[in-house]
Amino acid sequence: MKLRIKYEKTGVLRFIGHLDVMRYFQKAIRRAKLDVAYSKGFSPHQIISFAAPMPLGMTSSGEYFDGEFVSVTTAEDMKNRLNDTMADGIKVLDITMLPENAKNSMSVVSASDYFIYTNEECENDYMERLISKIDELKCLEHVEVLKKTKTKEEMSDIKPYIYEIKKFNYTIAENGVNESKSGIYMLLASGSRMNVKPESVLGALAGLSGVEYNPYDYRVHRLETYMGERDCLEPLLRAGAIF
Amino acid sequence: MSLALKERILMNIEKPARYIGNEVNMVKKNPCDVDVRIAMCFPDVYEIGMSYLGIQIIYDMFNRREDTYCERVYSPWPDLDKVMREEDIPLFSLETQSPISDFDMLGITIQYEMCYTNILQVIDLSKIPVFARDRKKSDPLVIGGGPCTVNPEPIADFFDMFYIGEAETSYDELIDLIKVYKKSDMTRAEFLRKASHISGIYVPSLYDVVYNDDMTIKSVLPLYDDVPAKVKRQVVTDFKHVTYPMKPVVPYLQATQDRVCLEIMRGCIRGCRFCQAGMIYRPTRQKDVGMLKEYARQMLDGTGYEEISLSSLSSSDYMYLDELLNYLISLKETDHVNVSLPSLRIDAFSLDVMSKVQDIKKSSLTFAAEAGSQRLRDVINKGITEEDILNGSRQAFMGGWDKVKLYFMMGLPTEQDGDLLGIAELAEKISEEYFDAVPKEKRNGRVMVNASSSFFVPKPFTPFQWAPMISGEEYTRRAYFVKDSFMAQKNKKSLKFTYHDAGISVLEGVLARGDRRLCKSIYDTYKKGAIFDAWTEFFDMDRYIDSFKENNIDMDFYTARTRNDDEIFPWDHIDAGVSKAFLLKEWKRAKEGTVTPNCRMKCQGCGSAVYGGGVCFEAEN
Repeated sequence: MKLRIKYEKTGVLRFIGHLDVMRYFQKAIRRAKLDVAYSKGFSPHQIISFAAPMPLGMTSSGEYFDGEFVSVTTAEDMKNRLNDTMADGIKVLDITMLPENAKNSMSVVSASDYFIYTNEECENDYMERLISKIDELKCLEHVEVLKKTKTKEEMSDIKPYIYEIKKFNYTIAENGVNESKSGIYMLLASGSRMNVKPESVLGALAGLSGVEYNPYDYRVHRLETYMGERDCLEPLLRAGAIF
Repeated sequence: MSLALKERILMNIEKPARYIGNEVNMVKKNPCDVDVRIAMCFPDVYEIGMSYLGIQIIYDMFNRREDTYCERVYSPWPDLDKVMREEDIPLFSLETQSPISDFDMLGITIQYEMCYTNILQVIDLSKIPVFARDRKKSDPLVIGGGPCTVNPEPIADFFDMFYIGEAETSYDELIDLIKVYKKSDMTRAEFLRKASHISGIYVPSLYDVVYNDDMTIKSVLPLYDDVPAKVKRQVVTDFKHVTYPMKPVVPYLQATQDRVCLEIMRGCIRGCRFCQAGMIYRPTRQKDVGMLKEYARQMLDGTGYEEISLSSLSSSDYMYLDELLNYLISLKETDHVNVSLPSLRIDAFSLDVMSKVQDIKKSSLTFAAEAGSQRLRDVINKGITEEDILNGSRQAFMGGWDKVKLYFMMGLPTEQDGDLLGIAELAEKISEEYFDAVPKEKRNGRVMVNASSSFFVPKPFTPFQWAPMISGEEYTRRAYFVKDSFMAQKNKKSLKFTYHDAGISVLEGVLARGDRRLCKSIYDTYKKGAIFDAWTEFFDMDRYIDSFKENNIDMDFYTARTRNDDEIFPWDHIDAGVSKAFLLKEWKRAKEGTVTPNCRMKCQGCGSAVYGGGVCFEAEN
């Protein structure tokens, strides 16, 4: 049985890399005594696969991985068992069961939305100035950013892939306190076909505002990961059903 | 929890996960709710330090006390070290991310000589005066523990105290004393004096060292009558009920030991004459097999690790090994647990076990032959014979293995070129065994015999503590000699020989048997920029050589001399259990090439029976 597991990663765990999170969940599944399936062969490993890799420094309340299980109980029970063994900062939010023919999460990711706010360590807060340039950015025909691949660097127009951008207020829970922050909301293409980093959009806004862009002045929080075409985006969880 | 390091710093250094704590099973307490705060340090990078079982044991033990909060700290990697110095950031603990200078005690485990400069790094970055004599009551007490503390003299000036031996016995008493110290107007000096009365606590500043004209030691005497003349190494005798961490901290980063580590036995019955661990962890004590099965189960459940390994000096000597391994192998089938085997004596049983838990095609057999000839193996009392190795190899080849690893040491006492030649010849004989045992049609690929060699470093509390060490140049000559002799073998294409750096070995030799006069040179070396000297990419021999020169230290005095039988050693005021008379008898037997039977065969009266436990009393149970 194939399950899709949605989790959040917040607070200081933003400094844990993607590979370490994968290894973290392999251990968590064992601690929770879930009946995960193992591959065959001399050194069997759990059959789990993660959706969008998360860059270091980013927090999220919309991360996913898929896992193959030999037997399941209920979504609620499995979620609770996992959460009983979690470190502070990682929490399982939801679990659904995927149909047998479902594509794996990594291949279906098409967009993500983000909330960007000022890092409390930041000395010069330019957020209001960036926000004031959102409308100007929306009117631009092209937004050219430098894209680096393994082999080359080239300019690329990301404008068509900025699906939505607006001023936004959101409550961030960190260090055990909930704090309402004002910042920017972005819905951007992500996944293997086209991937726009929120930092690229922030950089463009900084350029329009004439302020220096320092990535560590901002915190990026992924709100949700989506599948489907631009006009009918759905959270990844929707591919499955409640059990 | 807010972090000690800012986003800008964490995002610009390698592996920020080294510095944020918050791992599964990390102990959380409010520092305001406890009386004593202890920072435990392994002075190397996080992934190495987190692999070390000893700190997990101590961390668990201290935190069982409600009045104590033990946190962890490791050496910041050179990239962060640089930033911390530039920006004047004090070293901090992982748990509460608070400055080490706020703690009552900084405990440092000292596992190898090459971490001495890292000890200074940790103390210095913590903003604690590096020399103990400069510290005030408001500074944390700096205490050292671990194997190197059987001769702590080369680092004596940097520590307020050393804990000699196994932590499980005397720490409660010390913590109770710290509580009194904090609440009263007791001075630091008064505290240290009182601490010296606790069994196993060595306060180096309370001892006066007098030297002879020839630079050797005339005497090491306590300054006061109430300070013990000898500090007794602590040993857990009730090994069946000793505490063990059922839920060790599980790092996010892949640590060197990314698995459950189950300690099955302490000490070793074999008595190899070069081996310090085999002497200073006496008497050999075994854990109850039923208890170990239960521990294995609980630790796997509590951590989520997929792999378990056994910890001991010589697992084949654990009397219930068959039962334990059979149990662990059963977990492989039911729970997908991998068993990582320690190096076992190669026989039918171990080959059977290995075939169940390892991919034969990928794994190799290991023999710690240590020396190339039977004569020299008798000198070092390594009870393995050429016949054992050849028979073991033959059985393994017939079982499907085709890779063999051999470990040697070069520069052992009395070693001649003939003994070195034996290294290549033994490798050759093993490869011939393969061609003899495995018919052509069953051979896939080529047999590989990998021999690797380190250089012998004489250590305190071993029979070889009197022995001279050969020079770096001679080490290198011998290494080339062995390398050449491998090229002369018939099956040379199946044989490989590698060896360690000679420079580091010579330096280890100086530090291992050094005295207090070395402290200043180690400090100067650190001041020249030396940290992470255990890492070849950072090690610079010239820094040490320059510091020794500046301080008029003659390295040969520490390495090249044959010590007289009655020489007073810098570590003679430490009582490690084994008596000097026993070690001297063994040194003489070594020079005669006489083998000494192991502890189970015949007690040699080494002195460790005074602890009243372990193998010394096995026959009575």
